[in-house]
Amino acid sequence: MSIAETQRQIAEEFSLFTDWMEKYEYIIELGKALEPFPKEQKREENLITGCQSRVWLVVYNRDGKLFFVADSDAVITKGIISLLIQTFSGHSPQEILEADIDFIDQIGLKEHLSPTRANGLVSMIKQIKMYALAYGGADK
Amino acid sequence: MNDYITQIRAQFPALEQQVYGKPLVYLDNAATAQKPLSVLSLLAEMEGKINGNIHRAVHYLSAQCTEQYESARRAVCRFIGAAHDHEVVFTSGTTAAINLVAFSFGEAFIKSGDVVLVGEAEHHSNIVPWQLMCARKGASVRVLPVDDHGKLRMDLLPSLLDGQVRLVAVSHIGNVLGVVNPVKEIVDMAHERDIPTLIDGAQGIVHEQIDVRDLNCDFYVFSGHKLYGPTGTGILYGKESWLERMPPWQGGGDMIASVSFGGSAYAALPLKFEAGTPNFIGQAGLGAAVGYAASLNRAEVEAHMRLLTQKGMALLQEIEGLRIFGTGIEDKIPLFSFSVEGVHAVDMATLLDKMGYAVRSGQLCAEPALARFGQTNLLRASFAVYNTQEELFGFVEALKKVILMLR
Repeated sequence: MSIAETQRQIAEEFSLFTDWMEKYEYIIELGKALEPFPKEQKREENLITGCQSRVWLVVYNRDGKLFFVADSDAVITKGIISLLIQTFSGHSPQEILEADIDFIDQIGLKEHLSPTRANGLVSMIKQIKMYALAYGGADK
Repeated sequence: MNDYITQIRAQFPALEQQVYGKPLVYLDNAATAQKPLSVLSLLAEMEGKINGNIHRAVHYLSAQCTEQYESARRAVCRFIGAAHDHEVVFTSGTTAAINLVAFSFGEAFIKSGDVVLVGEAEHHSNIVPWQLMCARKGASVRVLPVDDHGKLRMDLLPSLLDGQVRLVAVSHIGNVLGVVNPVKEIVDMAHERDIPTLIDGAQGIVHEQIDVRDLNCDFYVFSGHKLYGPTGTGILYGKESWLERMPPWQGGGDMIASVSFGGSAYAALPLKFEAGTPNFIGQAGLGAAVGYAASLNRAEVEAHMRLLTQKGMALLQEIEGLRIFGTGIEDKIPLFSFSVEGVHAVDMATLLDKMGYAVRSGQLCAEPALARFGQTNLLRASFAVYNTQEELFGFVEALKKVILMLR
């Protein structure tokens, strides 16, 4: 599935929710279910700045495709991370760099999360794109 | 609902609004408070009509603004019991006031090897200006620790106040712990050793009756915006004997007596420390805020705040895994900073926000205070005079719900 298709699918899932409570319950569920993060990677250099909660993000390159693993000490943040990983993992650096991230707006997260948190989200996406750039994707 | 508090609430239009379709419950008062109609109407009138730069022109608007500005100074002087109007210096807030003292007192009185004694649970604004000044002067910052309840270790104070200490800077009430510090005792002990004291009154001015002459502190600083006044306003109270001997901090208009390239002479107090066009409309608003605060029925307010503290502590401590920092009831304001086991404060604040509750999360501008208790993130609910018991009960219920969602 392409990055755009995944985003569409996420937006569709979220369109089923009738209120903010359901939406957050789902995000929290995703956060709790996030794949465990390797302990040895919880290092300072893997921390993303710009988030009110702490976020660790690492990348693996398998046959030219990037896979992201991340963690946070805040579960809502973890839920959002889970959506980002779903969107980006398994794609080439070039695909990641070229992707427009619009699902955050579509599912009403940017509007509903606090500005500091929204910045964290932006920082996470920026870091993912930086990794893609580092793995040979060309900036569009 | 308490009738008197209902009357007070009616003065604060910001409290009537809804957020996300829910009634706003504003519990971030330790960060900034809402403003009463008397302040709002004065600001609107001045911004829209009575606007002329102060202390200079002879025209009508300038004279009106100068009068508003100087009458605000007199109102603050009365409010804090200062001996003279010129001991009241307008600043842009607590932070600016502390920076002013750090620079100016530092220039005049701090030399290499000296020490500034600072409380352990202070706001960054009462730590970093001293660090900057000490770095410049080759001096150092020494810490007065707090105990597990958040009380200052007064038993250690005599030994910490040695011959190197040139100034003691502590908060009246901490913005994380909400504990009223024994500032009079600290001032007295410091004075026995001829050491001056600065009290950070950012929270204290809101909750305690201040008489700087009775307290006998050398400096008392606070912001307008936590005292129902405008942002960008604040006060440095300093004893005349110190302010006279301190050099100007910033140069510019209004702070000079005469200027020539051969050298300039400075204005007398308080203008010596008020360079440039001040936030005269804001400070006039602070005058109105002080007038509002002074008009409150002290006994009613204190009883209400005590009730909120007692009930808040009791209800919150019933929640499993919740730990409040700054315990005790007698010397605490209704400001509750806490952690909940297994739940991140930012998550709680995010969900509470959606339910209409405005609270603070994070490091609360006091990393060392959090580090003292092994924390990196706390939730803080801070109540003002206009907050009701019903809001407290609602908050506790909402919090329980949120914890259930997140655990």
